[in-house]
Amino acid sequence: MGFEVLLKGQNMARLIEGLGVALRISAISVSVSIFLGIVLGVVMTSKNPVVRFVSAVYLEIVRIMPQMVLLFLVFFGATKALGLRIEAEFASILVFSFWGTAEMADLVRGAVKSIPVIQYESSEALGLSRLQTYVYVILPQVVRRLIPLSINLITRMIKTTSLVMMIGIVEVLKVGQQIIEANRKSSPNAAFAVFATIFVLYFFACWPFSCLSKYLEKKWEN
Amino acid sequence: MMDFEIINSYIPRFLEAFRLTITIGWLGIALAFVVGIVVAFVQHFHVPVLTAIAKVYIELFRNTPLLVQLFFIYFGLPKIGFQISAEVCGVVGLGLLGGSYMAESIRSGLEAIPPSQTESAVSLGMTKPQLFWNVILPQAFTISLPAIMANVIFLLKETSVFSAISLMDLMFTAKDLIGLYYNTTECLFMLVVSYTIMLLPVSLVGRLAEKKVRYRMFGD
Repeated sequence: MGFEVLLKGQNMARLIEGLGVALRISAISVSVSIFLGIVLGVVMTSKNPVVRFVSAVYLEIVRIMPQMVLLFLVFFGATKALGLRIEAEFASILVFSFWGTAEMADLVRGAVKSIPVIQYESSEALGLSRLQTYVYVILPQVVRRLIPLSINLITRMIKTTSLVMMIGIVEVLKVGQQIIEANRKSSPNAAFAVFATIFVLYFFACWPFSCLSKYLEKKWEN
Repeated sequence: MMDFEIINSYIPRFLEAFRLTITIGWLGIALAFVVGIVVAFVQHFHVPVLTAIAKVYIELFRNTPLLVQLFFIYFGLPKIGFQISAEVCGVVGLGLLGGSYMAESIRSGLEAIPPSQTESAVSLGMTKPQLFWNVILPQAFTISLPAIMANVIFLLKETSVFSAISLMDLMFTAKDLIGLYYNTTECLFMLVVSYTIMLLPVSLVGRLAEKKVRYRMFGD
């Protein structure tokens, strides 16, 4: 089934290194997304109609445009329109942060909105100041709701970064293809082994986060 | 700026790609729905052995990207004797990925029904099938609907990776035309328009469904 190809030379190490490229892009994008998403999410709870309209349009664009299309827009479009030569990796970080920020902002807004009015009213009745209400009552609840969802965003980001091979970044899938090409004669069935391995590698990159997210969600339920 | 004559001349190719993308997309979603229902029922009724398989399946497909799944199915499986066409691979890949998401959505709907519903139905003398089909399922479906719609949107967006297994979908067509004539702006414009036409109506319907469900459940 071609598994011998993985033991040859540095092939397995190269695959893992390729996954590392994808994971690095995810890590940067997810950090940017979580930071900007929290800021934007709080801003979006405002009642200002302009803020609401602009954020609604932004969220809708991200909701309906495939990340692949956004990637093409930035990678090919910016080069053409602005005459900029954008590095593929920078373009992908830009796009995934654009996408992730919207997702995160939506989660933050949802979490803040999910706190019932009675919590605010009770705090006021107890004589807490506005600041105290936020610090001691609202924020702890919001954070508990947000952490599992943000961890979930990490797994989605990791899965999304597999797209970068389509704009020519050499990550795990591309390395896999190279290995298959190089060993075409000696192991014609390498494709099965290599892609099965990449499947498993991705699974083990995402699964721990999924488990953690599920565990925290259960633990903090009410 | 944009040259509308060029866009005009590209319309037939994009229409063809649109048709292909949407056909494979919706067939895949239909398959995902069937797989999701079967898997959710298996889990809900704790069918022995199958429940364990269902769990492994859901974890495997929820934690890997569609692109990797497609590469494995399209390039890997033929090496051990399973040869399928790119079109079938697209439908199967989307169906398997989507099935794992649909199963989770439907199952959480089934789990959300309070036990008092079951108890009341039993005390009214309903049989088990009556209880399931007339009491549990309609409510579970209503609760799952927003999640199911979100999955549909997610899966339609995922169709954008089909070009990797050389299906002549919208992405493939755009890339091909850019490579041939270098009319990048026009091609990207057509790409955005195509996906907007494909997804905006679904997104709006999804939002409407969400509102209706909220209204039925919480009255606000």
